[in-house]
Amino acid sequence: MMRIAILGFGSVGRGIARALLAKDLDITVTGLADSRSGIIDAGGIDLAAALAKKENGGPCGNAGVSPGDVVAKAEYDVLVEVTPTNVETGEPALGHIREALRRGRHVVTSNKGPIALAYPELRALAEANGVLLKYEATVCGAIPLIHAMQEGLAGNTISRLYGVFNGTCNYILTRMAAEGLTYEQALAEARDLGYAEADPTYDVEGIDAGVKLVILANALLDLHTTLDDVERTGITLLSPEALQLAEDQDCTIRLIGEIIPGAGVLRVSPRIIPKIHPLVVEGTLNAVTVEADLAGDLTFIGKGAGSAETASAVIGDLLYIQSRHVKGS
Amino acid sequence: MKLEMKDQPGQLVAALKPISAVGGNIIAVIHQRETSTPAEALDVQIVLELPEGRLPNLLELFREQGVSVVRIGEERLLYECTLIMIGHLMHTDLSDTVDQIDRTGSAEVTELSLVMPAIDAPSSARITIRSTTRAEMKRAIRILSAVAKQKDLLIIEPLEDA
Repeated sequence: MMRIAILGFGSVGRGIARALLAKDLDITVTGLADSRSGIIDAGGIDLAAALAKKENGGPCGNAGVSPGDVVAKAEYDVLVEVTPTNVETGEPALGHIREALRRGRHVVTSNKGPIALAYPELRALAEANGVLLKYEATVCGAIPLIHAMQEGLAGNTISRLYGVFNGTCNYILTRMAAEGLTYEQALAEARDLGYAEADPTYDVEGIDAGVKLVILANALLDLHTTLDDVERTGITLLSPEALQLAEDQDCTIRLIGEIIPGAGVLRVSPRIIPKIHPLVVEGTLNAVTVEADLAGDLTFIGKGAGSAETASAVIGDLLYIQSRHVKGS
Repeated sequence: MKLEMKDQPGQLVAALKPISAVGGNIIAVIHQRETSTPAEALDVQIVLELPEGRLPNLLELFREQGVSVVRIGEERLLYECTLIMIGHLMHTDLSDTVDQIDRTGSAEVTELSLVMPAIDAPSSARITIRSTTRAEMKRAIRILSAVAKQKDLLIIEPLEDA
């Protein structure tokens, strides 16, 4: 049986809890914390009760227990860090991940900040402590892109990787193209549906997509980049007329993130793309094409966000660790 | 170009050799017997890229090989790229923007569709550039990007296949 501690009980954390309740995965949660409270219980936390408390608007646990306490004191094999991303400092998640790795615990995270900012350091720390650091959920939600590149495409040289990395922008552009909406109208609609934050800057200025490129570049392509290295243009200035001009030529416009390792290209920008292109996906979907020397071109399409979808990636990482390191140890 | 040569083994290879000798790049070779062709001759159409100014040299080499050139069709601006610009295109002197590309001599704006939704609102344009080579196209797009930065315009480039 594998014991995990979960930091963060928002959409992703609750998605993981629901999946653990619904499936018999031989995983017990011994620590749990949200931003206001925590629970430590070596015998296994009652996830249904914690979910009910949270969904009634309360904290999931006791006010006296902090996330730091859970990281330092709970008995767990894997720390599951699923708090919101801070792209500037990566904190407080970064500190918690370091602490867990130092304690010799595996870490699975959906948090882009620590991986984008400190991947080489964290990987070295994990190696030094003989544990794994997994982060499938940081890029493209449910799409197992990182696993595919690390395992399935191991041995390939990647000449280019590009695609739709942000569902919010893709939704806005889809709606502008389909209905002739202005950017502001499409953004308002995305907000109403919960696809865009009150402050959409992080999505619409291409920061989110840029951070994902940095993660892929650093973790999978052995580049040493930061968000400042990403040439970045958002979608806020796009006009319905521009989409119509593209449409006139059977094309559309999508926000594309692109990495060309050999040419030093690391770029997020709106691009004209034929409507029949496999990367032209609808709504909040994500799509990524990988150009590999042995495998050729591969395109992955799937949900880039969502509670169950992100939980899928986290649980995939957990079971990977379970099958290799925890069972029978 | 359309070539006529003797229908003998080795003739086609002999005809193609001079092309690489002058630094040309063969894109396609179409070779079919036509009824109008004399029985002992072979008609071949070749699509190729040549560096500027090498054509006379190539024709001379063909003549030495006994290959006669029936017809030459020249397309100078082989490469095409369509982009979209958004911003205050008229107020920032659209003809100057176009002129900066045309002035290169190796790339030209060949088509422009402009939509101006309202006075003082940003306009959108689709602009087609043609150029002699791929490198010149890259250069033209770089120029356009630099001009756009200066004039606070948004340039949307196509997603090209590598």
